[in-house]
Amino acid sequence: MMKRIIRNSKIRDFHQARWNEPIINELGHKGERGIIVPQTEEAIERQVGDGISKLPQSVRRKKLPNLPEINQKRVLMHYLRLSQETLGGDINIEIGQGTCTVKYNPTINNKIADSEKMTELHPLQDESTVQGILEIMYKTDLMMREISGMDYFSFQPGGGSQATMTMASIVRMYHRLRGEEEQRDEIITTIYSHPSDAAAPALKGYKIIKIMTDEKGHPDYEAFKAAVNNRTAAFVAANPEDTGIFNPRIKEFTDLVTKAGGLNCYDQANANGLFGVARAKEAGFQMCYFNLHKSFGTPHGCGGPGSGAVGVIKELKDLLPKPLVDFDGKKYYLNYNIKNSIGKVKSFIGTPQVVLKAYSWIMSMGAEGLYEVAKIAVLNNVYLIKKLLKYKGLTVPYDVNIQRIEQARYSMEQITKDTGIGIEDITRRVMDFGTHIWSSHHPFYIPEPITLEPTESPSKEDLDEYIETIHHILDEAYNNPEIIHSAPNNSTIHQVDESSLDDPDEWCPTWRVYLRKTKTD
Amino acid sequence: MKTIGLIINPISGMGGKVGLKGTDGAITLNKAVKLGAVREAPCKALKALEKLIPLKDDLLILTSSNDMGEIQCKSLGFNYKIVYKTGNFTNYRDTINAARIFEKLGVELILFAGGDGTARDIYKAVEIRIPALGIPTGVKIHSPVYANTPELAGDLALMYLKNGNLCLKDEEVIDIDEKEFRNNRVVTRLFGYLKVPYKKRLLQNKKSPTPLGDEESQKAIALDIIDNMLEGVYYVIGPGTTTRAIMEELNLPNSLLGVDIIRDRKIVKLDCNESDILDIDLERVCKLVIAPTGGQGYLLGRGNQQISSRVISRIKKENIIIISSNSKIIELRGNPLFVYTGDPAVDKYLEGYYRIKVGYGNDLIYKVSGGEDGKTLL
Repeated sequence: MMKRIIRNSKIRDFHQARWNEPIINELGHKGERGIIVPQTEEAIERQVGDGISKLPQSVRRKKLPNLPEINQKRVLMHYLRLSQETLGGDINIEIGQGTCTVKYNPTINNKIADSEKMTELHPLQDESTVQGILEIMYKTDLMMREISGMDYFSFQPGGGSQATMTMASIVRMYHRLRGEEEQRDEIITTIYSHPSDAAAPALKGYKIIKIMTDEKGHPDYEAFKAAVNNRTAAFVAANPEDTGIFNPRIKEFTDLVTKAGGLNCYDQANANGLFGVARAKEAGFQMCYFNLHKSFGTPHGCGGPGSGAVGVIKELKDLLPKPLVDFDGKKYYLNYNIKNSIGKVKSFIGTPQVVLKAYSWIMSMGAEGLYEVAKIAVLNNVYLIKKLLKYKGLTVPYDVNIQRIEQARYSMEQITKDTGIGIEDITRRVMDFGTHIWSSHHPFYIPEPITLEPTESPSKEDLDEYIETIHHILDEAYNNPEIIHSAPNNSTIHQVDESSLDDPDEWCPTWRVYLRKTKTD
Repeated sequence: MKTIGLIINPISGMGGKVGLKGTDGAITLNKAVKLGAVREAPCKALKALEKLIPLKDDLLILTSSNDMGEIQCKSLGFNYKIVYKTGNFTNYRDTINAARIFEKLGVELILFAGGDGTARDIYKAVEIRIPALGIPTGVKIHSPVYANTPELAGDLALMYLKNGNLCLKDEEVIDIDEKEFRNNRVVTRLFGYLKVPYKKRLLQNKKSPTPLGDEESQKAIALDIIDNMLEGVYYVIGPGTTTRAIMEELNLPNSLLGVDIIRDRKIVKLDCNESDILDIDLERVCKLVIAPTGGQGYLLGRGNQQISSRVISRIKKENIIIISSNSKIIELRGNPLFVYTGDPAVDKYLEGYYRIKVGYGNDLIYKVSGGEDGKTLL
């Protein structure tokens, strides 16, 4: 007999799997096998030998690797269980990752990148044999130029933070070539730009100067004027910022820096609200970058592989990482003739598979489609704000009437004052409904912050489910706080004390390290 | 068995309900009583103590007689011991005496109910030698040594005693000028520090590192200052834990609430008064390192009066180094930092945008306003 699932409520009745599954190194037994590798056929061995003896002694293992020894079925069970204990962007309504921007990654684009035409390529192949992917990378570059107004792009950086570091490296090289490297040791950013806009240049040795906001939530122009001087190497910032607020005076900011001899670098990792609306060039930036996984529909990939596409104006082309993918009118080639290049920031030419997915995404959208993305992303965000602000305890900082673009940072401070329940309690409770919010917006310039970003992906039905879920939890905070204190109640793992996660003595990046650190006498 | 010390300042908060802005001092207390004030602190303290009931069988509470803790412990059935007897009327000396006895007896935590005045008394008695946590029952609660509510104070104490997920940090003991306060002016200053338990975060979705705590942040700032110290230059180090970190990183003694002068990483003079500071060549070879102290974002005039308008008028603006943890800046909610030297011309001179050092190689541009604009309350 068929039985319908009755869903009278938009709130999802969710319970995640909990398998209590050990890590793979603890599974299996010595001698257990997944596959038996066949012996080399005699005919082959006669031709190439045993495949090992020709290797130099120095590269041969002395001991067999300490790998897990497990049968196939157990491996399959293991990873299926882990997948059930995981909450990914494809399975939940992913709105709570504001500032990280998770949107739908069309499966067809992944399929195209999974094609043997892509996966069987080797980065050391002769250029003449990889004309297809080079063409795609070159054409993606051309499209990025249109979208940003920049003149050349490199896809070498492996993600956003590396792209920011690439921009900082270009800044350093630019001033070095002008004999001002030592003098220009400061990079200015804003408090609501992505934290990597400060962190990556700091890694390059720059002093970081941050600008607070004015009462409306825009970067304080007077403070900015006080910061810019002949030590300014560059201004690195996002716009809109993490609050979702767009700085309408951005051209005045960039002009001030340009006049002072510095460069302007646009963190446009997330361009979802601005496709077809505004470009880096017209805002006075000399370079920018896009995160392909935030803006161009490619997967986040659990931190990689990714691609942060860095674009520059033509005057800075010779500083880009090399090689660039170029076209001589007949064939595509790797252009190493970049005379002042900062060098390589990643092996080979970056992550072509991700560029292919982005190319496929852009081509499927078209120019009008990109503009549509911006319109729907903003519309979804406005809808979410209007609905959520009706609920007790949730506010947005600064002037509520100022347009938020594609995301908004909210504050749960009132709820904390009223009930003692903070944002970190709420982040644990949302997991009981098959979704999540991440709240690591430190330092908390906005008290008890959450940043919600719907992007263009969710339907109205999805948005309404998410809104009702948040409403339900806010209501619990006032009327049933205990269920929040004990959360997550339906998730894979319970509350985790994170205090040891920043203690290097507690870190075990490999199984071998784990064994060493947990060894008892 | 856990042992804590309990001090309830039974008269704290009495002034509030009858329109007085505090209950410190016998005259104010009498006035409050004549206006019909009743004791509310003991009831509020009970709300905190109720939270400790789950620990009842493993807890010994040392306390004072009558309404300073005895009655409350008895009513909730706690295992308690009177270690200090009060007279019919209690005053600040009772708080100080009881706290000192608790320290001698080795309590793990002093739980005290009161307001800013009570926190000052606890500081006088034990400084930062043992953990202390405030149950807010007073009229004035400016010191972040208090939990937000009595119930939350109880929760925090319970977590701390259960060896829960808690750390300790030095929090400011701040109080206001009573005379100014009764004239509707809130003028606060730093009086000391208490070592207070605070709740660490419990997260599921770890993605970025835990932000630096105040202590690590202070250390990072201190290292920046030290790495950029100039030879032969006097550094006038203002009061507070943020500036203290510089002295600690240099392995130098220091006066937490005073002003110290160093040169070439050596002590010139500790705990200086105004004339000590004026004795050095302020115009040419001096840097002043100050941090906001005393709440409300005051840079000068609230807890560091030694750095007077006369001192400031001889130090060039560019030789003032302002340091602060991010958390203190965040508490300002975008309001400017303030200077109040008593000399309007000097205050005006100091106005403008400054670089606030908030980490190693990490500055924040922040506005400083002169005088007491916006500081009138009530």
